[in-house]
Amino acid sequence: MWKFTVRRILIMIPQIILLSVLIFIMAKMMPGDALSGLIDPNIDPETIAEQREKLGLNDPWHIQYANWVKDLFQGDLGMSFRYKMPVTELIGQRLANTVWLSLLTLVLIYAISIPLGLISGRYNDTWLDRVITGYTYIGFATPLFIFALVMLWFFGFTLGWFPTGGSVQPGVESGTFEYVMNRIYHMLLPALSMALITTVSTVQYLRNEIIDTKQKDFILTARAKGASESRIYNRHILRNSLLPIAAFFGYEITGLIGGTVFVESIFSYPGMGQLFLESIVQRDYSVATSLTLLFGIATILGALLSDIILSLVDPRIRIK
Amino acid sequence: MSQALLKIKNLKTSFRIKDDYYAAVDDVSLTVNKNEVLAIVGESGCGKSALAFSIMGLHNRAKIEGNILFKGKDLANASPTEWSKIRGKEMGMIFQDPLTALNPLMIIGDQIGEAIYLHNKNISKEQRKLKVIDLLEKVGIPHPERVYDQFPHELSGGMRQRVVIATAIANQPELLIADEPTTALDVTIQSQILDLMKQLKEDMDAGIIMITHDLGVVAEMADRVAVMYAGQIVEIADVYTLFENPQHPYTRSLLNSVPNNKEASSKLHVIQGIVPSLQFLPRKGCRFSARIPWIDVSAHEENPQLHEIEPGHFVRCSCYKHFHFPEEEVQ
Ligand SMILES: Nc1ncnc2c1ncn2[C@@H]1O[C@H](COP(=O)(O)OP(=O)(O)OP(=O)(O)O)[C@@H](O)[C@H]1O
Ligand SMILES: [Mg+2]
Repeated sequence: MWKFTVRRILIMIPQIILLSVLIFIMAKMMPGDALSGLIDPNIDPETIAEQREKLGLNDPWHIQYANWVKDLFQGDLGMSFRYKMPVTELIGQRLANTVWLSLLTLVLIYAISIPLGLISGRYNDTWLDRVITGYTYIGFATPLFIFALVMLWFFGFTLGWFPTGGSVQPGVESGTFEYVMNRIYHMLLPALSMALITTVSTVQYLRNEIIDTKQKDFILTARAKGASESRIYNRHILRNSLLPIAAFFGYEITGLIGGTVFVESIFSYPGMGQLFLESIVQRDYSVATSLTLLFGIATILGALLSDIILSLVDPRIRIK
Repeated sequence: MSQALLKIKNLKTSFRIKDDYYAAVDDVSLTVNKNEVLAIVGESGCGKSALAFSIMGLHNRAKIEGNILFKGKDLANASPTEWSKIRGKEMGMIFQDPLTALNPLMIIGDQIGEAIYLHNKNISKEQRKLKVIDLLEKVGIPHPERVYDQFPHELSGGMRQRVVIATAIANQPELLIADEPTTALDVTIQSQILDLMKQLKEDMDAGIIMITHDLGVVAEMADRVAVMYAGQIVEIADVYTLFENPQHPYTRSLLNSVPNNKEASSKLHVIQGIVPSLQFLPRKGCRFSARIPWIDVSAHEENPQLHEIEPGHFVRCSCYKHFHFPEEEVQ
């Protein structure tokens, strides 16, 4: 088990290096650089050139890359020109917001997909299954940002049931129970919007897994032993079908990253996703590259998590 | 001498394909006695498994007509609750492919233990484990204590089939159905499993239905043989009669397609064509007639019935009287 995990973690090192090189190259190819946002148009070009030289922006790319990585290791992600503060500090504030939003979304995703997938798979080709499958098709066809806008307009503005922006109501004292509830209240609509759309792939996946497992030979063996239908579902089909879903958990996180970018922007929720879109629109160079790097690392970690979960729950992979 | 354990009368099992029902088992009648091995032979797709599944009540979307009298009780339309009391306790089944017949996420001990638990919930866990280890020993698995905690993927195909057999006999069933138990195994393992089956046949006081397309297995194991073609029994007789005096063209062709057989004096006969698929099965006349085109149509019955040509020996359709192999035609 440990050997497997260690080996799996070691594989990540070249992945992360490759990721950082790619991000660095893409960042270099973007118009503008770390300076362009900072510059006051009134400063004369000579001073700018001087600054460029001083900041090392005229060095060959590999030296620039080495410096960038060195700074990364020291926790220096550069300065945000828009917020006039270190990127580390800026992201730090928002990281927690995004993590909480993602966690709530994950809980909702499973709370929706597991029962729906189970029902749909067990009673496949009944009207109940058709209703659920119909929902998944709608979910697949609806772009998240449009759905989120509709949710915001309907539940936020028209009905006024939910706040339409922010992560907490100003004035609520942090640390109190009321504060926690207020934050959940603010997260609920964006999380629900995201969950209702992203969960459909898990519903479909689970449904197919169950239909697949239902036809496996070992189900016949169980039936031939005299196991009742409910026991067959609870003991034999459920575990075998949930296994790939559990393994998918890490990748689910990856999917959420894309979702938060839209949803946070639409609900003006101060998280990393919102910051990311903003930083691109406003050419906030260091913020954009840092966030891309973070998202990339989160994706790699998600895949790692999936593999570790799978190796824990599947005896065929489990290494003693 | 012995009493009928299982008596099937005019069994018809149909599957629904696009709004129509097609019979995969059509008008099958047979009996299995205690302490008797009935072999069912026939090519792939002739309905052997469909028959076995009907007897075990394992079809979930099939129409079953006729009677399945097991110890005098008709199971043809038994409820799921009734079935789950009988299956695994009074009837056990061994499946074709041991590689897929076991739950990949459950240890061997629990899989066999489940069969015991389901029909006897009063046995303590410790006792159950002892019983399982006993069973593992009985089916010839070395180191049963270790195998108890292993997962299926840690065992070879032959060992897994032994586990499947142990599961099937866990509650000493009175009827054991083996659906091609050796087909998926390689030759040396095949003979080991057959030896085990033979030994179990001696030890157990059970009726056994042995489905196979291997005539060697039939000769070795069976007391009586039913030959199936396209969902019907075309010939049924005791094993000795069937090998010595086969009558139906299909039986003769089958026997003749095996080397070292009496009838295959000079040339091996290859049966032309294949079993037609369910939807395109001829429902009228002799179903085998299309595969022996050199026999005149007038030789077949319009509505072929089983004829008892000697006590206990039944043959379907009168075409057997006029049958000859094409190469014999010249003479
Ligand atoms: N559930 C089902 N639905 C529809 N058709 C089926 C079903 N099960 C079996 N059949 C059809 O019934 C016919 C008999 O199949 P069966 O599995 O009983 O053959 P078999 O004699 O056991 O063959 P094999 O030697 O390959 O195991 C085949 O044409 C098959 O396609
Ligand atoms: Mg079969």
